[in-house]
Amino acid sequence: METTFFIAGIVALAATLRTITCAHSVHALLYLIVSLLAVAVDFYALGAPFAATLEVVVYAGAVMVLFVFVVMMLNLNQETVARERHWLRPKLWIGPGVFAAILLAAMIWAMTIGGAIGVIEGERLSAHAVGATLFGPYVLVTELAAFLLLAALVVAAHIGRDEGNEARRKAEHGDRATTTAGER
Amino acid sequence: MTGLPIQYGMGLAALLFIAGLTGLVVRRNALFVLMCLEIMLNSTGLAFIVAGARWQAPDGQSMFILIIALAAAEAAIGLGLLLQLYKRFRTIDIDAASEMHG
Repeated sequence: METTFFIAGIVALAATLRTITCAHSVHALLYLIVSLLAVAVDFYALGAPFAATLEVVVYAGAVMVLFVFVVMMLNLNQETVARERHWLRPKLWIGPGVFAAILLAAMIWAMTIGGAIGVIEGERLSAHAVGATLFGPYVLVTELAAFLLLAALVVAAHIGRDEGNEARRKAEHGDRATTTAGER
Repeated sequence: MTGLPIQYGMGLAALLFIAGLTGLVVRRNALFVLMCLEIMLNSTGLAFIVAGARWQAPDGQSMFILIIALAAAEAAIGLGLLLQLYKRFRTIDIDAASEMHG
């Protein structure tokens, strides 16, 4: 269990670092998918097989497919990659990187100073127990999550509608109306 | 060595979170910003799973499922906004949308 955890953790970390430094969006997406799969392996090693399955199906599956679709629609080319390289000059990222490293050091220090907080035995928690808590004490939160997903659906449908088409259609109608009124 | 000290799991979550945070601050491409948000949400999920594994409680995994729902909603809305940004400005540079000069 420990070996699996460390190997998958190193893979996840390396893939994440490549994700944030990659200039080409498709390559970055592939690295992100590898990172998510590695985190799923970590979940499995920690004794959470249900969460690992969900990570693969929902994160690496559904959400990443959304990203791939958007990359496809954006029609990126060599020029955008060159511009991305230009944006990624060391002068721009060295400051935020150093500050983030300081935050990380503080967090690691705070975690290690407390001594041994506990040990993970890696015993399995079944999906049955998770479902029992989701629909037992957390049933209200589950309902709220359902509301959230519904709201996201409505918002995505509203934001994603093709306003250009609507405006064009409206303009055509409007032109006819205004020309007859003699305003234009 | 019996079992894994919880610091390693939490440390991995912290490393992933900081990597996502750095990317969020550094990148100007809206697509990368959304990807870094996904990394950060995923690392918080990992922290919940680690804590749940430590105390042998299924609550951690329940919270992870809620985080996944949140991430899915965030990705859908964020990508919709990104497409609108691209349609209006013909670029996915988030600095293009600073018309309020904030």
